[in-house]
Amino acid sequence: MSAAAPAAPAPARPAILSGRPASPGFAAGPLVVQAERTGGRRRAGSPVEERTALQAALATAAADLATLAAEASGDAADILEFQIALIEDDALSGPALEAIAGGTPAERAWSHAIGVLIADYEATEDDYFRARAADLRDLSERVAMALSGEAQTGLTLPEGAVLFAADLAPSRFLSADWSGRGIALSAGSATSHVAMLARARGVPMVTGLGSLGGAAAASGTPALLDGEAGSLVLDPDAAATAAFAARRHASEAAAVHAAAAATGAAMTADGVAIAVHINVADPAELDRLDPAICDGIGLVRTELLFHARDGLPDEAEQTAVYRRILAWAAGRPVTIRTLDAGGDKPIPGYTLDGEQNPFLGLRGVRLSLARPEVFAVQLRALLAAATDGDLKVMIPMVSVPAEMARVRTAVAEAAATLSARGAAFRVPPIGMMVEVPAAALALDAFDTDFVSIGSNDLTQYTLAAGRDEPTVAELADTAEPAVLRLIAMTVAAADARGIPVSLCGDAGGDPRLVPPLLAAGLRSLSMAPSAVGRVKQTIAGLSLAAAAEG
Amino acid sequence: MTDGAPVNGSVLLTHEVGLHARPSVKLTKLAKGFSSKIELAAAEGGPWIDAKSIVKVMAAKAPKHTVLHFRAEGPDAEAAVAALIDLVESDFPEQPSESAAR
Repeated sequence: MSAAAPAAPAPARPAILSGRPASPGFAAGPLVVQAERTGGRRRAGSPVEERTALQAALATAAADLATLAAEASGDAADILEFQIALIEDDALSGPALEAIAGGTPAERAWSHAIGVLIADYEATEDDYFRARAADLRDLSERVAMALSGEAQTGLTLPEGAVLFAADLAPSRFLSADWSGRGIALSAGSATSHVAMLARARGVPMVTGLGSLGGAAAASGTPALLDGEAGSLVLDPDAAATAAFAARRHASEAAAVHAAAAATGAAMTADGVAIAVHINVADPAELDRLDPAICDGIGLVRTELLFHARDGLPDEAEQTAVYRRILAWAAGRPVTIRTLDAGGDKPIPGYTLDGEQNPFLGLRGVRLSLARPEVFAVQLRALLAAATDGDLKVMIPMVSVPAEMARVRTAVAEAAATLSARGAAFRVPPIGMMVEVPAAALALDAFDTDFVSIGSNDLTQYTLAAGRDEPTVAELADTAEPAVLRLIAMTVAAADARGIPVSLCGDAGGDPRLVPPLLAAGLRSLSMAPSAVGRVKQTIAGLSLAAAAEG
Repeated sequence: MTDGAPVNGSVLLTHEVGLHARPSVKLTKLAKGFSSKIELAAAEGGPWIDAKSIVKVMAAKAPKHTVLHFRAEGPDAEAAVAALIDLVESDFPEQPSESAAR
């Protein structure tokens, strides 16, 4: 592309937006713009039209809920039934319809009517009632979406489509067929649930693109999404299309080599073996994966188990999922992390709403210890499944030694309950994540059987740069010396105690960061399955001895 | 089929968490199956609330050990009160959907 000297306004040059790569891969096809939902997007009509609109939206929402409820069981079904009962109750819709008759637009009438109820639930002393406020908000949102004409279930995209939205909920992601398609988000975060899902399923995704702006913003505009460069080209000219095709071809050729490398053992050029594990967010991913590509599973995120549906899964359900993962691993070690909700991973009815700063709030193990009944169910399910294989249990967001002491007590109680039931179980090794600088600085003070470094949070907490904050995202780099020193300290402290240490953050799957991580002493990494081939290639090209001398 | 005076009845709520979402859903669903006007109160003198409204039943926030009072008026009032008392007495049993229509 020869850059012509600026003359008259160039005719229809491609608009290029750049953001942050969240999941590698390429997509070329029509842009599908998902409008941001801001109140009052729909033009309000007469009271009669508004009344019809609200009634139609309530019916749509009720039908969607009924479909979901038919597939759900246990707590999830109960919660959906509750929402259905609410939506069918004239005591809820009545005041909204009255307000509409008085000239209020449907959106405002609805949000006010349910808002009164939400406020009432939130104001009660009873924890149980307060938790139900989340169900009401869910319902509020569902009806509001139906009013604005956005279907909440099912997302159908044309071949090669690039979805453009502010952000994308995991449930929306899971409802669509993404093969050959891509995701472009104006906001969003590379560490969000949906980004993890996209990486696991090989769906290209770019976040932080900012607003589309301009005339090229319409759905149907030809778009090229480059999940490796982190760019979105709209209305490309021939040169841009050719450049995109060349990058795509080169990347696919590299991927073939990486795939060939993926099943080999990871070893540096000077013969140091590196354990390569995979991160799993959704057990369904495992069906497409050959266990031979990894030495085990270094991180199973259990949030999606709690997220995919609207209720908390019961003990039997959890045990079944954990057993399935252990069966896939066929004797390889599997590290399952207890529920790491809160922060950027809210779970309706479980996490707190409205925290001033959720990343410094009640999340991870703090939330588990604050909700002992939910934690106990998960621990019992893990202990029961542990008889099936080489399971390890990992505790997220540990900051002080007392938390691990309380976890040990909870594990002992779970064991006692199972024992009293006469159920088979095994108490697996209990380890902690090091993702808070306090844990890295005083690792020797913690009672832990192993350590896994969560580089995403360790990086954001060390550098005081929020990972969801596009304006400071550049600061949140694991390669910064302060973060690498904390990692090296953690490895040294674990080695001194003779306990295993690994790393399971996104840094482990980033070829740029693998050399400094190995230099910091790590010999075990866990990463998205799609990163295994590239990382093994990177490792094969490294000489640790040379790095140590140089 | 007597279409006359209101039918009254009361029952002790023994459900562990009181009249929360799941029991309330079951109660209102059952009540809606009858054509009579059915009301519920958490105290003998009221206030009486519509037993077919989940919003109102939940708002009663009746804890465990509350005596629930029912009153119904209409063609199937007697059956309605009996069925509701049975539901509360049997502690809101888990019923597969096919048997809910019984």
